[in-house]
Amino acid sequence: MTGSPAETRYRDGARRIVPIAIAGGIFAASFAVLAPAAGFSRVQAVVMSATTFAGSAQFAAISILGTGGSVAAAVLAAALLNARYAPISVTVADQFTGNPLRRLLEAQLIVDESWAISRRPDGRYDRHLLIGAGLLMYCTWVGGTALGTLIGEALGDPKRYGLDAAFPALFLALLVTQVRTRPALAAAVAGGLIALVLIPFTPAGVPIIAATAACLIGLRRS
Amino acid sequence: MSPVWTVILLVGLATIGLKGVGPVLLGERVLPSRLSAMLFLLAPALLGALVVTQAVGGDRELVLDARLLGLGAAIVALLLRVPLIGIVVVAAVVAALARFLS
Repeated sequence: MTGSPAETRYRDGARRIVPIAIAGGIFAASFAVLAPAAGFSRVQAVVMSATTFAGSAQFAAISILGTGGSVAAAVLAAALLNARYAPISVTVADQFTGNPLRRLLEAQLIVDESWAISRRPDGRYDRHLLIGAGLLMYCTWVGGTALGTLIGEALGDPKRYGLDAAFPALFLALLVTQVRTRPALAAAVAGGLIALVLIPFTPAGVPIIAATAACLIGLRRS
Repeated sequence: MSPVWTVILLVGLATIGLKGVGPVLLGERVLPSRLSAMLFLLAPALLGALVVTQAVGGDRELVLDARLLGLGAAIVALLLRVPLIGIVVVAAVVAALARFLS
């Protein structure tokens, strides 16, 4: 090592993400255990993990459906939760080459964790780390979901165990990973307050969608 | 199509599209900084709302029950730096115990 940037390979990304990927697999299994409460079959849980591959959106969709929210509210909340992937994907866009279909497929490996791990000290992003890490995360995510459906089948209806109490804790833990800045903290608090005020007056799902108004905090010049 | 399949299809398409915005649509161009800032704030705003609705939300009413105790336990676990899955398990167990004892 003489100060020149080290060559990376896809397997370096996979190796660095191993502990996070294992945790992701367990998290995905918990998604599969909770999904039947929203009317999901085993196949549907696995298909959603394979096509959406974004934890908070998946948990949001099943929690909204499971508590009587509409399809529209579930879709909108999940899609808006993933809206951050538009600016995230822009930061790594120069690392993708080839035809549009290939770029679209490879872009699916962008998740919060693979994105964070692929950031280089110079502020740019490393393609090999991103793709390698994303691929391993994808495998444990979908595999963990499949394993979770087997555990879920053995357990039975999650509502019987009061697993609905897992959701607020789950979203709180996910929230902590998203509030690294002051505006993000302000948006989280404002979103929570908007929901609290609207719960008694609006159908399930509406307080969550209305809370997106808190993102207007981003318009303030900082 | 069943509601569940509809949700899976639409959320999947939206996510695939959003992740493709940079690599497929924009390339080297960048998003306006304010739009970018707003998009980044959507996740914390929604997660804040989800914590509240899942903890105290009912059918057009606020319901204070074992879920809130579970959330309290989760906050303690969070402060103790318990990993994510541990936080979730602690909350579920505390809520289940509270329901069992009441």
